Amino acid sequence: MSGSAFDWIALAEYSAIGLLSGGLLALIALGFVLIYKGTGVINFAMGEFMMLGAYFFYTANVMWRLPTLVALAITLAAVALVAALIERTVLRPLAGQPVISVLMATIGLASALHGGVDAVWGGANLEMPALLPRKPFTVGEILVPGQVVWSFVLAATIITAFTLYFRFSKTGVAMRAAASDPITAYVLGIDVRRTQALTWIFAGMVGAVAGIVVASMTSLSPALGGAALGVLAVIILGGLDSIAGAIVAGLIVGLIESLTAGYLGGKVRDIVPYVTVLVILLVRPYGLFGTRQIERL
Amino acid sequence: MPVADAPLLQVDGIELAFGGIKALSGVSLAARRGEITAVIGPNGAGKTSLFNAISGFYKPQQGRVVFEGCDITRESPSRRAALGLARTFQNVALFRGMTVLDNIKLGGHTRLAANPLTAMWYLGAARREEIALRREIERDVIDLLEIDHVRHLPVAALSYGLQKRVELARALAMRPKLLMLDEPVAGMNREETEDMARFILDIQEERGISVLLIEHDMGLVMDIANHVSVLNFGQVIGEGTPAEVRANPEVVRAYLGSTVAAAVPA
Repeated sequence: MSGSAFDWIALAEYSAIGLLSGGLLALIALGFVLIYKGTGVINFAMGEFMMLGAYFFYTANVMWRLPTLVALAITLAAVALVAALIERTVLRPLAGQPVISVLMATIGLASALHGGVDAVWGGANLEMPALLPRKPFTVGEILVPGQVVWSFVLAATIITAFTLYFRFSKTGVAMRAAASDPITAYVLGIDVRRTQALTWIFAGMVGAVAGIVVASMTSLSPALGGAALGVLAVIILGGLDSIAGAIVAGLIVGLIESLTAGYLGGKVRDIVPYVTVLVILLVRPYGLFGTRQIERL
Repeated sequence: MPVADAPLLQVDGIELAFGGIKALSGVSLAARRGEITAVIGPNGAGKTSLFNAISGFYKPQQGRVVFEGCDITRESPSRRAALGLARTFQNVALFRGMTVLDNIKLGGHTRLAANPLTAMWYLGAARREEIALRREIERDVIDLLEIDHVRHLPVAALSYGLQKRVELARALAMRPKLLMLDEPVAGMNREETEDMARFILDIQEERGISVLLIEHDMGLVMDIANHVSVLNFGQVIGEGTPAEVRANPEVVRAYLGSTVAAAVPA
């Protein structure tokens, strides 16, 4: 192939990798959206849930040498417990307080979890076992790393399961009702406190799975907590309260990241998604799929 | 065991204050089984505060709420709902993103046995339960309130009068023992008001559900209520049958003399 001709194969590869890695972004975004929809709070400690999940898994799987599935079950149970505790001791006492206070509390929570993890496990990079098969997939001349494909499959499965759960299950419907109008939900006999606790538990478990996958594809250190902040761009783009928005925005941001990293280099990659989000928000301030707030004056 | 003659709901000396403002001072009233009890009174008299204390959103500083012989003053709103208290709101409080049927189904929701884990096996018992609930709602609620033709529409597409009817349907789907209606015909035209009056009477007569309602429409109250309590400035100033209340000079003063003398804080 001559040097001047455009390399379509490379473009296809970058695009495929970008879209597929967007699945994981969408999964992390789901954690944010769940809590925002369910309780009206942007949880800045989402990345710390990911980190905590990954460390729990590391402890069970690598340090205690438990089988992968057992370690995963223990991790989910432990994260669920932590999330429920946090909801009960930090968030519930703040019910009815200004949103900004609650946001500050989640930022403080992030710092506390970060410090706690550092104190218990240390700040060093830990080697996680590779959980997802590495065998690459090839379609024609396009080659995509196996982990990217499998992480997408995993994320898509979890997101689909949650969507169905909210659409059809009794608890899912109750959670939607409590999120949209807590007072009325109470009158209908829905225990709103319980659904809110459940929201945090689900979001914590989603974060834990995402954290384990991210850590197994890279490495494990307390810096993992910062990974979720990049996803803020995704949820703001998608609209804070829309699962569909989180999916589409995850794919878009994944694609943009991959293309810019491929063509413009790694440094630019960190900026371009934000610039894109900024431009889109200028046109649609409530995000691509978010609820349009109408202010009556 | 509750005494056969004891009222279904008994409110005993409720005191409710917000800071220095007394919303209710020593309010007592009863809703008897199988009857329609109305609470009337000028704006700001404390009617909705009373409802909120009964359904558990406000915790009174003193007094008791007794339902079927049990003191429920300290119970949570969701627990009271499970015991058989249902209510509607002054403003339409439907879940706007959902269809009419989904909104109504939410009323029957807490009667389902499925929990967060079992509901995941949607194909099993949870599904059968759900289908049974849906049948029951279609048979018992949707037909009664004549909203068959709109059940698959999103609630936001309905007229105001129909939305109020859907809210009533949702409360009925809870199979309540006491149905509390906060201004069920506020803002309705004459035809809609007459429909609503007919539905409330049907609910009482055919279903045997006791009703406690707040209403400004005197015509409606005089037509359908068995018993009326009159609130003014957070106190009960009169009660009795509609005819007795209409003849009560204190009540007449509160209503007719109120426009100037009792300009009540909003």
